[in-house]
Formats: sequence, C-alpha cells, structure tokens
Amino acid sequence: MNTALSWIKAYVPDLDCTDQEYCDAMTLSGTKVEGYVRRDKNLEKILVGRIESIEPHPDADKLIVCQVDTGSETIQIVTGAHNVKVGDKVPVVLDGGRVAGGHDGGPLPEEGIPIKAGKLRGVPSNGMMCSIEELGSDRNMYPEAPEDGIYIFPADTAVGADAVEVLGLHDTVFEYEITSNRVDCYSVLGIAREAAATFRKPFVPPVVKQTGNHEDVRDYVSVEVKDPDLCPRYLARVCRNIRIAPSPEWMQRRLAASGIRPINNLVDITNYVMEEFGQPMHAFDLDTVAGKKIIVRRAKDGDTFQTLDGQIRTLDSQVLMICDAEKEIGIAGIMGGENSKITEDVHTVLFEAAIFNGPNIRKSAKRIGLRTDASGKFEKGLEAHNAEDAINRACQLIEELGCGEVVGGMIDVAAPMPEKKVLPFRPDSYNRLLGTSVDREEMLEMLGRLEIGHTVDAEGEETLVIPYFRQDLNCDADIAEEVARFYGYDRIPTSLPQGEATTGKLSYKLRIEQKARDIAEYCGFSQGMTYSFESPRVFDRLLLPKEDELRKAVTISNPLGEDFSIMRTLSLNGMLTSLSVNYNRRNKNVKLYELATVYLPKALPLTELPQERVQFTLGFYGEGDFFHMKGVLEEFFTAVGMKKRPEYDPEAGKPFLHPGRQALVRYEGVTLGYLGEVHPEVLDNYEIGEKAYIAVLDMPNVEGFTSFDRKYEGIARFPAVSRDISMVVPKNIPAGQIEQTIRQRGGKLLESCQLFDIYEGVQIKPGFKSMAYSITFRAKDRTLEESDVSAAMKKILNGLEQLGIELRQ
Amino acid sequence: MKAKLDQIRQQVQEQIESCESTEKLNEIRVGILGKKGQLTELLKSMKDYAPEERPKVGQMVNEARAEIEKLLEEQKLRMEHAIREAKMKSEVIDVTLPASKSELGHRHPNTIALEEVERIFIGMGYEVVEGPEVEKDYYNFEALNIPADHPAKDEQDTFYVTGDILLRTQTSGVQVHEMEKGKLPIRMIAPGRVFRSDEVDATHSPCFHQIEGLVIDKNITFADLKGTLAEFAKELFGENTKVKFRPHHFPFTEPSAEMDVTCFKCGGSGCRFCKGSGWIEILGCGMVHPHVLEMSGVDPEKYTGFAFGVGLERIALLKYEIDDMRLLYENDIRFLRQF
Repeated sequence: MNTALSWIKAYVPDLDCTDQEYCDAMTLSGTKVEGYVRRDKNLEKILVGRIESIEPHPDADKLIVCQVDTGSETIQIVTGAHNVKVGDKVPVVLDGGRVAGGHDGGPLPEEGIPIKAGKLRGVPSNGMMCSIEELGSDRNMYPEAPEDGIYIFPADTAVGADAVEVLGLHDTVFEYEITSNRVDCYSVLGIAREAAATFRKPFVPPVVKQTGNHEDVRDYVSVEVKDPDLCPRYLARVCRNIRIAPSPEWMQRRLAASGIRPINNLVDITNYVMEEFGQPMHAFDLDTVAGKKIIVRRAKDGDTFQTLDGQIRTLDSQVLMICDAEKEIGIAGIMGGENSKITEDVHTVLFEAAIFNGPNIRKSAKRIGLRTDASGKFEKGLEAHNAEDAINRACQLIEELGCGEVVGGMIDVAAPMPEKKVLPFRPDSYNRLLGTSVDREEMLEMLGRLEIGHTVDAEGEETLVIPYFRQDLNCDADIAEEVARFYGYDRIPTSLPQGEATTGKLSYKLRIEQKARDIAEYCGFSQGMTYSFESPRVFDRLLLPKEDELRKAVTISNPLGEDFSIMRTLSLNGMLTSLSVNYNRRNKNVKLYELATVYLPKALPLTELPQERVQFTLGFYGEGDFFHMKGVLEEFFTAVGMKKRPEYDPEAGKPFLHPGRQALVRYEGVTLGYLGEVHPEVLDNYEIGEKAYIAVLDMPNVEGFTSFDRKYEGIARFPAVSRDISMVVPKNIPAGQIEQTIRQRGGKLLESCQLFDIYEGVQIKPGFKSMAYSITFRAKDRTLEESDVSAAMKKILNGLEQLGIELRQ
Repeated sequence: MKAKLDQIRQQVQEQIESCESTEKLNEIRVGILGKKGQLTELLKSMKDYAPEERPKVGQMVNEARAEIEKLLEEQKLRMEHAIREAKMKSEVIDVTLPASKSELGHRHPNTIALEEVERIFIGMGYEVVEGPEVEKDYYNFEALNIPADHPAKDEQDTFYVTGDILLRTQTSGVQVHEMEKGKLPIRMIAPGRVFRSDEVDATHSPCFHQIEGLVIDKNITFADLKGTLAEFAKELFGENTKVKFRPHHFPFTEPSAEMDVTCFKCGGSGCRFCKGSGWIEILGCGMVHPHVLEMSGVDPEKYTGFAFGVGLERIALLKYEIDDMRLLYENDIRFLRQF
C-alpha cells in the first residue's frame, strides 16, 4: 500500500518528523515501511513563471524565444515546446537548478538532470520550462498536463511561487507492507491511527456528517440478498443530479500519490473512500438498473458477463453477482459491468458498499483471472461497521464537492452484526509472556491510543473493549503484542531460557548421514542437492519397464509443470542430471554424492503419507571404475561399524545399469542398495559421453546394521605365516566364490586372503583366467607350526580343486 | 722396536690421510692389521724378546694397534659423511613443484550453513529432529492456526497431492509433531526441505530448506526469545553482530517478530549488500500462539514457548555471497569446489 505522508498528516496534524524517522518508528511499531520516495527528489530552483512574450528563434524554425517573468526577474528561455502562449503560467527551472527526468518520461536518473544557462543555436537561454515528466511525474497522475508539452498552471497561480509546492510535490510517498491480520491498516485511516499512536499525537479522523434530502432511498431502489453467506452486509445509497467534473486538486493529488489515476469527481470519490476507509465501493448508473432492484446472488455455471473493461468473463456457480431485475450488472467485489457503468451522462447514481466473503472473492478472482484493487481488499475480509462510515463519507463528499444531491436514507441488508469483543485486562499475564514489567497504567495508556476501551465492573473485574476494526485481537497474547509494540520490542530485555537442562544432540539417523557425508568427501565426492520432484518421463530415460513398481509415484495435483510433477521414487535422475550438467560444461573427473529423499507411496491414490527414505547416492565419471565405487561403500560400512563382509550379487537386475557390471549390495542377507556402471543407453539419454558409475544405499536399511560402539580386540602377538597360491580358474567362477572357499576352508587360523594378481590373455588357455592369492594364517595364542599351515592349505586347495580350479606351481 | 712402531704409525697416518676411498682404507687396514699385516708381523717377532720384556713390548704393540684402529675408524666416518653429503647434494628437489594429493570432496554450502546452525543450537541444548516432507494439511496449516480459508493455503503457494496431503510449505509442522509427543520441556531445531509453488529464478526455488526452532517450558518469555536469537546471530555472523526485532505477523505465534541483523558486509553503516539500510532480514519468530499449544495438547496456562524459522538458503547465500539460488541445485563441480 502506497500513501502520501501529507494524507497521513491530514489526520495526525501534529505529526512532525523526518521521512527516515517516520520510516523507522512505524516499522518498529509494526507498520512496516518497505521504502519511500520523495516526490520532490532532484527538483531544485523551480518557480511558477508567466510568459511575457514569444518570438521566433532567428536561426531555428522549431525553437521559440520566450521572456518569462519569474516574480523577481524576467529571464529569457529558448524552448522547442509549442503548446505555450503569452500569459501562460508554467514551471520554470532556473540556472543552477535541477529536474528529475527528461521530457520523454523515461526512467528517472538517480542524480536528476542539472540545468545551466547556455545558448541554443546562438541565443542565450537562462532556464527551462518543464513538462510534467521533467518534474518526475506523468499524465496518469496529472491528467490535466498536456501530452508532449510544457505543464501549464491554472491562470490564478501566483507568479514566483514554488512550482513544486503548487503541484503538491513536496511530499513523500511511503510504501507499507501490511500484514494479513491488520485488515484495518489497508486504509489511510488505519495507518494514520497507528502513526498517531506511534508518535503519541492526537488522531483526528474526518468527521462523517449525515447527509440526505427529504426523499427516501427506498423509493429509488430495493435490494435483495439471496446468498447472505457470501454477502453479510449490503448497503446502498442514491445520489441524484450528478454533475460529472474533475475532482478538486487536493483529491487528485492524494489519489495520484497512491498510484490511482484521477478520472472525474464521481470515480475519484469512490476511489478516495476506498483508500481512506479501506472499503471498496461501486457506483451504478441507476437509470440502467432494470426494475430499480438490486439482487445479490450466485451466477450459474457457464454464464458469461462483460465487465466494464470490455472483457467477456466466464462465470460459475461460486461467483457472486450483483444483478438487477433482469440481468447481471456486476461481479460482486471484483468489477462492475459494462452494461451499468457510469458515463458522462449519468444522472442518478447508486452507491454500493458491501461486505463480501473474503475467501470466496479471492477464489472467484483467481478463477475468473481478474484481480482488482477492490477484490484485493475484499479478500482480506472486511469489517461490516466500516462499510457504513465509508458509504456515508462518499455521500458527504458528493455533497461537499458539489457533485450531486444525496437522497435521504440508506438501504441496509445485513446479517446480525457481531457485538464488540471484550477481553479481560490481565497486565501480569502480558508481562509474564513478554518478560517485562510494564506498568499497568502505561499499558492502559498505550491501549487507549489504539481505541481499546477499559471498564471496571462492580466486582472490580477489569475488561478491555475491542473496537470493531480490530478483528485481530482475541486473546491475552494478542494484547501482549499490542503492549510490546508500543512499549518497544527493542526495550524488552534479553535473557536465556532457564529451567530443566536438556541434551543437545543429533538424532541417530542424522549422525549416520553425517558419517556418510564425511566418507564420501574423504573419497573425493562432493555434495550435490537436487529437487525432490521430477518429470514422469524420467522413468523412460532410466529404461524402467512399464510395470515397474518405481513408476508408482506420488503425483502433485498442481505442479509447476510436467517436469516437476512427481515426487521421485529413485534418486538417480538427479545424480545423472548433475553429472550431465558437469559433463556438458567440460568439467573433468566429477564425483558427486547426494543424500536424497525418495517418496514411496504405500498405495495410490495416496490415503496415508508415503514412506520417505534417504538414499545415499554416489556417482562419478572420469578416473576410477566399478571397484573404486565399491571401495567407497566399504569405507562407509567400516566407518559406521559394519564389520561383517558385504556380499555382492551380480544378478541385480537394474535396467539402468550395464548388465554385466552391476551388483546388489547385501549385508547379512539384507539388500542395502546397488552399484554399477551406468547403461550406455542411459548415458546417451543423459548426454554423458563417457562411462559413469553410480551407487545407491538405502539409508533406513543401512541404519539397522550400524553402530558407534568400538571394542579393542588386541594386537596379534604371534607371527603370521603367509602362503601364495597361483591358479588357473574357469572364467565363470567369480572371485567372491574363491574367497568364500578360502575363508570357509581356512578356518579359524585364516587371517586374510588377498588377491594380488589377475590375468587373462594369451598365456592362459581360453575360458580361463589366472589368479594369485596371498593367504595369511595366524593364531592368537601361539606361534603356528608348519603342520598347522600345511593342514589348512591342504583343505583350501582341495576346496579350490573341487571348483575346477587348477593350481600352478 | 719402538722405532719400528713409530715408523709404522707414521706410515699409516700418511696412508690414511691420502686415502680416497673406503676400499683403499680397507686395504690399508689389511696391510697393517691383517693376518700378514705389518703390526701382526711385529707381534709374531715377540718371541725374539726376552720373556721379561715381552709384556712391555706387547703393550706397546697393542697401544699402536688401538691408535691405528682409531685413526682408521675416524677416517671411515669422515669419508661416509662426505659420501652422504655428496649423495644428498645430488638429490635436491624443486619444492615448488605441485603437491600430489588425493582430492577431497566438498560439502554443499547449504550443509555447511546447516551444520553451523546445528552446532550453535546443540551447544544450547537443542535436539535436532526431522519431520515428513509430504505432510498432512493438519500439520502444515490447521494445527498452526492457519484456518481453512487463509490466503497462505491458496493453491498458488502450496503443492497439493490430494485434498488432505501436501508438500509442506514450512518446517513449522514439526513443532506440532514434537509437542504431540507429550514430552516437555522441548528444545529442538528441525531442519528440512520445504516446497512452494514459485518459479525458479535467481532468488526463488520451488524447493528449499528451513530450520525450525522450538522451545516449550514453564516461564519462557519473549525476552528469552530475544536473548537466544541474539546469541545465535553472534555465533553465526560474528561477535559484533547486533540484532533488531520488528513486529510482524505469523498465524502460529503471538507476539510475532522478524529479526534483522547488522549487515555483515558493512557492519551496519549501509552498503549495496543491505540496500543502504545497514540491516539484513534473517528470520521470523514469536511466542507460540496459545491456540497452537492447546491444539497440540500443551496447556497454555502452564507452558509458554517460542518458535522461529530460518531460511537455510538465505543464510547460505548471504554468508557465502552466492548471487544466484539456482547454483545451489545445479551441482556444477566448479561451484561446489569453492566450499
């Protein structure tokens, strides 16, 4: 909301502060000032001048030479403008002065434009006559200004006067951010009331006078509200003998400063009252209202209606309409109809000030696709008493501005109006909540400034009486906030919570995740983050079969677009997309990880919340291979206390991975995840031009096996004995099987077995590979005898031979 | 005899001094002390002496032998030292050649900022907890005193899955989950992902992170809220950071405030970073609304509390001077390597 400070001062006449002081104080008392603009910024040495004579320029056809009386002197000004004539009074900027902008009305330069005496085509020019654009404004705000020419003042303007003052530009426009609970502050009066309370100055609102002739409005029109749920109050008054004319300058200036373009007295009055009271009003040409009857009812599905901007709107049965006896004449609270709009020929006007259901207006405006100043106010939920003041104020202005004659009486169709709220006055409670010791009298004084009443009954019970316009005050905490705001948030002391000590800690899940991050980073992987939602086309890109369970995703009903429409069920798309981004930016050797949550629905459509499972996802391209990735996983397992040997099952069946280079990761029989080389077709789909490897661990499954307990097992004190064996192995026997055999057969004495050579090639017969292991034995309690080792080796070699393995000497 | 020994001594000394290699030195040793060496020969001639003179002669020979051995040993050490020196001289490296290191990975700036915040609050006795990202309407809105018709509930802000299930728009719902557990007092922070229907641009993302804070206990005051958050700001942004609380409105707190901190770029004097104001808005906070306490099963007459919510990206962007939010979700390694 934008409002000129001069308008606020009209109701807080004693307000005296700088713009910055106003900004700071209002913000600290809760009316946040977003910013302010001095309207006279860069306007220096600008007076009202009178053109005494005009002569052609001797050397330029398009220029004229004017003698301009600026009160104290007459100066010569050369101009290219052609809308001036002798006797015109114009804004004149003197030598050494400054204007805000150029005559084309483009963006205003920060420092303005300095004006200096000089020569134009050889003729001295000692100043400049200004257009409204050069004064930093425009024709929307000053509709009387000519298009493309010098601004001309009314004939009675004093020569030599401060032109900026005459234009009402010595003013500052403040922009406020009003919070949604303070509906009353979406109005000049509401802000002025806060300003008065903030600066402890008297608040002097306009006195709304009773108006109306001896006639009765009921003889002019009747009102029927068919849908009172959407229209709790409908007020109507009538004005006749309307004389359309420009509104007075003061009204135009105030509207202009608020960003509202002055039109004519009637339109301006409704806009003025909307700004002043925060109550939107509508004016109908009563002569266009068939049957002199207003009916407020819902539209029918599929109805169309032409709003006064000329657009055809499609309605539905939740849109509230203002109708006459025959037809619809306005969309309630949003915009009037073309068929009843005010024209220059209007004679009799019907004013409407109504209360409409806020949420309904908000939803209707959204569905229709038409959000107006009025709907913006209605949707906040307006207060019913205020409407009455507003419509009476409008009629008063009609009368005061000589715009027409107000008909007596007011039609008021209203549901029962709420009583004034009362709350107990509990100063101790407020202080207890705030941690303050504000004096009760001081509290009452502050609350009084906000027009909150205080009564004491016979038993001494103290009560606060809440004014109608404060719909937001409903409990002790609300009153405590009022006290805090005006006592000053900055004056409230600071302390730290006392009481029972609590233990600060991460949840266990978060500790495991922290470990995962540490290990990934030690291994060279950097942390990425990707969106939780993605496109359903991701499944095709990952080659998931049509019936795959992972295609059953939580779908967002109102997504930003298809690309963000489902909640991911696997974390690979984010990883591969990130790798792709890096690959296509020619980044080499990229290693990324993400702790990515996936969302797995138990059933679709969703009846309960989906499972959220964190997937420890690693991916890289560049240096490294499958076994690097495997190494990272095993480092992580070790770090989280998983001491047993994970198993790797090559039959992982992941369609997005290379069929011969993938494995499920199992631990004690539980599948924890998988790893592998990305399928070449998937690489193509993600435009990654080299091999990439990924690994995914399901953290909830991992968590069950983790432990931060550590126990010292002793350091071996007796010597180890090693034996190397070299063998020729059928190709289809995986190393895992060989190691398993060695371990099983090696028994308790076996300490480790380490593959140290693997070779396939010309020296080895086809279908076989050569492998060499170093096997180490050790006993915890003695030095091994040669016989111990031989016996164990014999068992091992027997076992290996049973697998069809030949030993080499 | 004595003359002979002196002569040998003299001769050996000269030989040792002119010796150039350890092999030569060994030859000298053999030549004097070996089986057929001069000194050994001299000893053999002992039998030619009178028995009463023999011990004296033997002693003279042994002394000479010890002396020669000492000379030989000294020369050996000198030569070894010279050899080592020469070797090291030949082994000089260019220490300015690049280091060889295994590249460590980098934490995401969001995580770095989050861990900072967690560290501060864990130190003050807060537990770090989490809540669901796909959430019931009740926890995201209703239980937070946001009635059915509140504009914040409008579809334009919230992603819905069904009428009742949505992507949470704020971490504040975790407050309710924690209170419903019924264990008091509560001191918790709840970091997590939230979602709002904002198009992606330099300052908006439909998916971002918040950190919720909640303290519920007897006699918790607005002064406690101020003190706690002022401590937090100092820890996070530096000892000289000042804070300012401005009244604001949130449906689930009353009184409510927004907290500004002095601009950490200019220290409060005003710069481009803080748009000249000297202050930067950092979080929203307030005393937990009595309705919210009540709905979550906490007696507002006995307990009070405060809550706050911080945008994690906001902190990361400000603290690390990142000028475009999109960078946080692109995962360009050149970006991540800077953290």
